[in-house]
Amino acid sequence: MTVGLEHYLVVSALLFCLGLLGVLVRRNLLIIYMSLEMMLNAANLALVAFSRFTHHLNGQVMVFFIITVAAAEVAVGLALIVALYRKRQTANVDDLILLKL
Amino acid sequence: MRLDFLPWLILLLPLAAAAGITLFTLPDRERSARLSIGAILASFALTVLFVAVNGLHVAAETRVTWLDIGDLQIDFGLRLDALSLLMLLVVTGVGSAIHVYSKGYLREDAGQSRYFAGLSLFTFSMLGIVLANNFLMLFVCWELVGVSSYLLIGFWFEKPSAADASKKAFLTNRLGDFGFLLGILLVWATLGSLHFGELEQRLGQTPGAFGTLATIVGLLIFCGAVGKSAQFPLHVWLPDAMEGPTPVSALIHAATMVAAGVYLLCRVFFLLDLPGSHALTVIAWIGGITALLAGLMAIQQDDIKRILAYSTLSQLGYMVMAVGVAAPTPAMYHLTTHAFFKALLFLGAGSVICALHHEQNIWKMGGVLWRMPVTGVTFLLATLALCGVPPFSGFFSKDEILAATLTGPHSSPLLFALAVAVAVLTTFYMFRLVIVAILGMPRADAASQAKESPRVMTLPLLALAVPSLLAGFWSIPGAYGEHLGHLELEHTTLAMIASLVAVVVGLLLAIRLYGGVKTDPLPEKLGQLATLLRQRFYLDELYQATVIRWNDLLATVADLIDRWVIAGVVVRGVHGTTELVGRALRLAQSGNLHTYAVLLVLGVAVVLYFVIGR
Repeated sequence: MTVGLEHYLVVSALLFCLGLLGVLVRRNLLIIYMSLEMMLNAANLALVAFSRFTHHLNGQVMVFFIITVAAAEVAVGLALIVALYRKRQTANVDDLILLKL
Repeated sequence: MRLDFLPWLILLLPLAAAAGITLFTLPDRERSARLSIGAILASFALTVLFVAVNGLHVAAETRVTWLDIGDLQIDFGLRLDALSLLMLLVVTGVGSAIHVYSKGYLREDAGQSRYFAGLSLFTFSMLGIVLANNFLMLFVCWELVGVSSYLLIGFWFEKPSAADASKKAFLTNRLGDFGFLLGILLVWATLGSLHFGELEQRLGQTPGAFGTLATIVGLLIFCGAVGKSAQFPLHVWLPDAMEGPTPVSALIHAATMVAAGVYLLCRVFFLLDLPGSHALTVIAWIGGITALLAGLMAIQQDDIKRILAYSTLSQLGYMVMAVGVAAPTPAMYHLTTHAFFKALLFLGAGSVICALHHEQNIWKMGGVLWRMPVTGVTFLLATLALCGVPPFSGFFSKDEILAATLTGPHSSPLLFALAVAVAVLTTFYMFRLVIVAILGMPRADAASQAKESPRVMTLPLLALAVPSLLAGFWSIPGAYGEHLGHLELEHTTLAMIASLVAVVVGLLLAIRLYGGVKTDPLPEKLGQLATLLRQRFYLDELYQATVIRWNDLLATVADLIDRWVIAGVVVRGVHGTTELVGRALRLAQSGNLHTYAVLLVLGVAVVLYFVIGR
């Protein structure tokens, strides 16, 4: 059996859905954050797969950008989460409802 | 026409003065007064210069285009002919005397700058009316005159009576102006132009252009004159307008503004004298009725300014009546002479009022002639001119009007009789005033200690006395006739004799009744009738009970609709719905991250369904 584009895309979709599920059901901010990263990488996987099977480099270039931006975002996001934890002594999203009207 | 920039300068100088005072010199009374007086004196001098260079019969125009919309082109144009130039001389000439006099009259008033700004604004607007070459510009200036009159009547606005009087004057005038505006629209709709010259030309070609509307258009235009010239039934504002400072009464409510209505009628006389139009008959009778009613009301007033105000009404009625018998030249003639002697009378009254520490009741005056010779003598001269004693100016103009009612193109013996009766009344009430207030012995302490007014006030009196005396010899009707058409009047001896007899009868009656009396003998002799006259035929009360009451009722209904339907149902409804929706949507903002995430995912799912799924 040769591995085709569909297989990659199915893996990518599974990864994306798992990440989404994590975002929706988990309460810990850190876990939610990791799930988000998983969704990003699912998208990366799909892009690389497309790039590989259509013989275009565009998708790979895009992935580089996403990885770079994600790295920067992780630095900022983690810093925020640490700062938040220090201030509130919790990382549970049910306790973080200050934006409520 | 040489020096054609001069009329613009004449028109705009007072406006510049008004603007200058308002913007720069409000705190400096002295400079404001100088600016305003300087502007009007310059206007007067330039008018004289212009007339000296070009003569009176220039019949020219200078104009700049203001609006150009489709077929309608409207200019800011100045029309220069005998009619406007003579009016220009009258307005700037009498205006100059009154401006100078005001400086003395208001020497202690803190609001002098405001006063002079108003006076200059008024002068500008009045000159605008006189010079306008089309209906629209005339109407704009017409309203500006109303505004400045409002400002000046209410000059002492801290007095409730003055504030009310200014409001009353403005609203009553607006009532007339509404009809005037409709008239202007009708003229434009029918003839397609607002330019006086073009209108006259088009009506000359097709005199029947208005068809059955000929009477209506004349009467609508006349509405404006009824308001501004205070004709019955809109005359009620003029006596109340005496709440303003006396020089204002002299300039606006005697010499110029109230004459604007008569000037308008003469300016657009070609619109009134259309074939099949009955407008002139109505105009003649309204004028006659005003003259008679005002003359009757004047004989039982005690306030010196009110007597003069009713006298003004009566004389304006005379002029309007003259227009109504198709004799605009005598009307303008009487307007001119009346401007001189009525301004003089008002300024004289102001001088007396000032000397008596703002006492206006004639029964607390007396002996003015001995204590204040200049004021007294000039007042006497003006009275003789007003009564029509030869050879004073009033005699000539009044005689022309009487002759016109008797032998003019629309002569009517009934109107002639009415005019003679008014002449008797005029002499009677004026000599009642003179005998009680000017001659005799002082009737109160203030009157016995009165001192002659300063030179700045007496000089204008003397200046105005000259034309009051001599204007009859200046062949003014000839100059007006050049523009308005000469009337072939037979100066019947009947008219002249009637006018002289009227003077003598009125004089004898006044002497017989008021010689040496302490209080007014008329209320005893006439009983209820005197009360009726004193209460001005209860016309104010009648208006209060009818027009004003109905208007209030209408206003109450409108207020209820506004308060409950518009503000209540419509505005509150919209605002309430918005607020309720807002409150409901607010519940979605839980602050919970998961809720937001779920909503976001659902949203994406919906979008995807619509983009891909279908």
